[in-house]
Amino acid sequence: MIRSVLVANRGEIARRVFRTCRDLGIRTVAVHSDADAAAPFVREADVAVHLPGNSAAETYLRGDLVLAAAKSVGADAIHPGYGFLSENAEFARSVIDAGLTWIGPSPESIEAMGSKIRAKELMAAADVPILEVDPATATARDFPLLVKASAGGGGRGMRVVEKPADLDRELAVARSEAESAFGDGTVFVEPYLPTARHVEVQVMADTHGTIWILGDRDCSIQRRHQKVVEEAPAPNLSDATREALHTAARNAAKAVDYVGAGTVEFLVASVPGQERDSDLEQRPFFLEMNTRLQVEHPVTEQVFGVDLVAAQITVAEGGELGEAPSGPVGHSVEVRLYAEDAADDWSPQTGLLRTFEVPDGVRSDSAVESGSVVSHFYDPMIAKVVAYGADRRTAIRKLDDALRRTRLHGLVTNRDLLRAVLVDDAFVAGEVHTGLLPERIDTWTAPALTDDQVERLVLAGALAQARLASTTARVQGRIPTAFRSVTSQPRVRRFLVGDDEVAVSYTGSIRGLASDIAEVVSAEPDRVVLAVDGVSETYDVTTGPDWVDVDGPHGSLDLVPVPTFVDPADVVAEGSLLAPMPASVTSVAVEAGQKVAKGDTIVVLEAMKMQHTIAAPADGVVTELAATAGQQVESGAVLAVIETEEQS
Amino acid sequence: MKTAVDPDSPGFATNRDSMLERVADLAAQHAQALAGGGERYVQRHRERGKLTARERIELLIDPDSAFLELSSLAGWGQGQTVGASVVTGIGVVEGVECMIVANDPTVKGGATNAFTIRKTQRAAQIAAENRLPSINLVESAGADLPNQKDIFIPGGRGFRDITRSSADRRPVVSLVFGNSTAGGAYVPGMSDYIVMVKERAKVFLGGPPLVKMATGEESDDESLGGAEMHSRISGLSDYLAQDEQDAIRLGRQIIRRLNWRKRGPAAVADYAEPALDPEELLGIVPTDLKIPFDPREVIARLVDGSEFDEFKPLYGSSLVTGFAQLHGRPIGILANAQGVLFSEEAQKGTQFIQLANQIDTPLLFLHNTTGYMVGAEYEQGGIIKHGAQMINAVSNSTVPHLSVVMGASYGAGHYGMSGRAYDPRFMFSWVNAKSSVMGPQQLAGVISIVARGAAEAKGQPYDEEADAQMRAMIEEQIEKESLSYFTSGLVYDDGVIDPRDTRTILGICLSVIANNEIKGTDGYGVFRL
Repeated sequence: MIRSVLVANRGEIARRVFRTCRDLGIRTVAVHSDADAAAPFVREADVAVHLPGNSAAETYLRGDLVLAAAKSVGADAIHPGYGFLSENAEFARSVIDAGLTWIGPSPESIEAMGSKIRAKELMAAADVPILEVDPATATARDFPLLVKASAGGGGRGMRVVEKPADLDRELAVARSEAESAFGDGTVFVEPYLPTARHVEVQVMADTHGTIWILGDRDCSIQRRHQKVVEEAPAPNLSDATREALHTAARNAAKAVDYVGAGTVEFLVASVPGQERDSDLEQRPFFLEMNTRLQVEHPVTEQVFGVDLVAAQITVAEGGELGEAPSGPVGHSVEVRLYAEDAADDWSPQTGLLRTFEVPDGVRSDSAVESGSVVSHFYDPMIAKVVAYGADRRTAIRKLDDALRRTRLHGLVTNRDLLRAVLVDDAFVAGEVHTGLLPERIDTWTAPALTDDQVERLVLAGALAQARLASTTARVQGRIPTAFRSVTSQPRVRRFLVGDDEVAVSYTGSIRGLASDIAEVVSAEPDRVVLAVDGVSETYDVTTGPDWVDVDGPHGSLDLVPVPTFVDPADVVAEGSLLAPMPASVTSVAVEAGQKVAKGDTIVVLEAMKMQHTIAAPADGVVTELAATAGQQVESGAVLAVIETEEQS
Repeated sequence: MKTAVDPDSPGFATNRDSMLERVADLAAQHAQALAGGGERYVQRHRERGKLTARERIELLIDPDSAFLELSSLAGWGQGQTVGASVVTGIGVVEGVECMIVANDPTVKGGATNAFTIRKTQRAAQIAAENRLPSINLVESAGADLPNQKDIFIPGGRGFRDITRSSADRRPVVSLVFGNSTAGGAYVPGMSDYIVMVKERAKVFLGGPPLVKMATGEESDDESLGGAEMHSRISGLSDYLAQDEQDAIRLGRQIIRRLNWRKRGPAAVADYAEPALDPEELLGIVPTDLKIPFDPREVIARLVDGSEFDEFKPLYGSSLVTGFAQLHGRPIGILANAQGVLFSEEAQKGTQFIQLANQIDTPLLFLHNTTGYMVGAEYEQGGIIKHGAQMINAVSNSTVPHLSVVMGASYGAGHYGMSGRAYDPRFMFSWVNAKSSVMGPQQLAGVISIVARGAAEAKGQPYDEEADAQMRAMIEEQIEKESLSYFTSGLVYDDGVIDPRDTRTILGICLSVIANNEIKGTDGYGVFRL
């Protein structure tokens, strides 16, 4: 009997597992890195074990440390979550060897499915349709092709080859990349189906021979092979296709004597209205089997009314699953909220998430809460928001509305993009495919607010700030805000909205604040009501020393007040090179006083596992060198100052 | 308090319309002051990259705090640019209530005239009485030389006021944005803290032409009085500002470190706004001053929670007295009810002023009086003695006085109600107010009667036609000269205000007053009983 579970993971999935453990009366153990010391999942666990360091390699991927932690606190079982050690057969084996319970499939199943080539052989043998091209016999008609690393996953280690002439070269590159990235240079080739659908089937099996097929999910909205929107059941599938998918999944699970929660992923070639090749239509092809709980498991839980983590624990304890739950009932849609800037090449956003409040009525599995810091060490997903409805339309509408009303400030996220997806005609019609997001990206990343809506949000922020300033003043705190016995000019407040400066003006009198932009119905430090053409709009505002967050009926803005005064001593010297994000300095390529040419590397930074080269913007001399190798720098820190010939 | 005001009555609507018209006209008068030296000069000033006086003030004060501008109409009706080339007022800087005096360089280069002196000296008086630090935003061409006779001798007091302020531990900060030469150089010169704007400030006793004339020395502005020179060589400047914004930033920085503590009592934090709508003040007060109105209706729209504890309500009914709270601070109120002050009213007022002094409570005088009663019965009843008692009490009272002229303020009634000559801490007039020795018709009538008497004494026939003409002329002149704009133009009050702003302005004044200790007197002149 399991009395204590260690979750070898972090963020939302750790919290998710803890929640079920709590429901079942199981004590919880977290492991955490330096950066996660203050994370909600650590606080919510009964006990937590610190894994020194920050990178995944130093912490969450260190099976030895995790196992030692489990032993030190007397945990009975280890739940691996997803990612990290979840599909590491060797780790699973070491857990079992140590006499602990492994909440997952057998190491053999993991190994069987871990090699994509072996998995395909197994599946072919079990009558599961597979999609594979022998590169030796591929003809021009088979192109484009997709070269995949056998040990890759989650979009990593994939290359698209457009024409036969490129194939040999691309295969060589892919092999060498796979070798260096995964330590295994094995690759395989599939037809590239850019408009196929990603449909997967949830499997749950016990040690007594029971296999539940818990329906299907569509996860076709993907950016760079990363799922963004998922739903259950998959819409617009013919009964035959769905039946074929479920049968194939059952065969796959049987073929490897699967135990626990797993997902069999398929490509369903072509989509309604976009037939590529009639004999491929709606035919599922095996992609891979994930031998773990999926990120998107909540949509299945909602339409089947099951707790998959509880089922995993039952199975791990040797229990019986019993009769399969009936379903699916209704429809469930999940979006993954990422701290990333879709409009800026998906660059991950790090820093303080000042406010994060998801309204009631939807399920939010989040890694964060108001005040959390999103670090650059891990995946930038901050939450999954899941809505359930009696039908697909209701679920979509609820989810969009919940995202609109979510208070989320401090970091740029993909919220607007997600909302754009949820109102897209093709998405609403269920005409989805994996190429839809790249196809619509310009539309979906277009500004979500009109200029007028932005102006009213800014006005609301300004008025709230004004009310806060005057009501918390040391003197005359109850005198009407910005009162003038003789009004000479309006009050002006300026803010940065992204990179744009927006100024709004207003006046104060005994009748309250007034503006030309909208009628001011009321203005308090945390709430402003404006009216336009008789329609009143309520804005919620939170104000800090250097930020003003506004949530209105049309959307939200993070405003940065432009300081009225700038101390000349704080002005950054012309020619300064600033760190574009919090990062560590990998190397410094120059010395102070050195002459440099435009484009010369000055400093190399590393952030989010990416290297950024800071180069000289023009010919000149390095007059100041602040960066040193190994140093951690904050966003905006001066790295070096280059004096150009013009300046000197 | 209960109200008898019916906002749906025709009289209310008439009063309101008429008052709104006057409020709009006040805005038009203020616009003259706001225009400074006119569009052309304002534009030229801006083209030099400079801020106007009011823009400087707006930057200087705490964001979204109030600004109580004073004497905005100084010079009105006196053949001067309205506003007298300077802006004065009380603003909050880094949480400190400060007297701000800003030259308006768009009006004759910010040169000083006789009304500039009246206005700045009134500002200095307010700063002294209420113990405020001062901030001068300096850019002035100095004295308006052709009018030096009105300026030179009285104007010297301004420098004395600065150093007395300093001696009284009320620091004076000067931010020099431009010219401050000759006598004007002593404005920063006398100050405790001086900030000069780089390449803009020009502070010297004599400019290059004068120096050339006097000693033959060749020189330039920068070497004689530039900000860099004064900051690095002469030491006259304490801070070198990069530009105007930087000077204002430094000014705020200086105030932040003054360790300022108000000496007066704190207001209660929690209080109710008036239960009755101050907006209704417009409909309560008839613009025809001959029609009396109940001042309790006004008081109910000024004081916290509309709660007024009336004192001696059954005695001397023409003067309403009582205690209340205004923006969280205790206040005693004296308000004229039926215009005329009789002996009872004078005695009641005297007693009430003494009571307020006994408990260190500031007094608010709401004027609407035609003066003390005349006539044999009243003279024989001792009206002079009783009026003298009230003036004695007002004169020697040491609790702060606030005066608001709601309607008429005639004759000795103006004195008894703490008129300008009795140094109320602040005095404001409503748009409809009039102050004079008596009503224009009465004054014309008195002159007519006296003239008729003189003619009769000489046995001459009295020219009735000429009399009617003379009466009309005098009436017109007095009417004009008793208008609130006119008296405000002479700096006989601190501003003409929209009646609806009264509560807020008084609230600011009471907060400002609390920078100094509030203490009632123990001694009066001999009361003639």
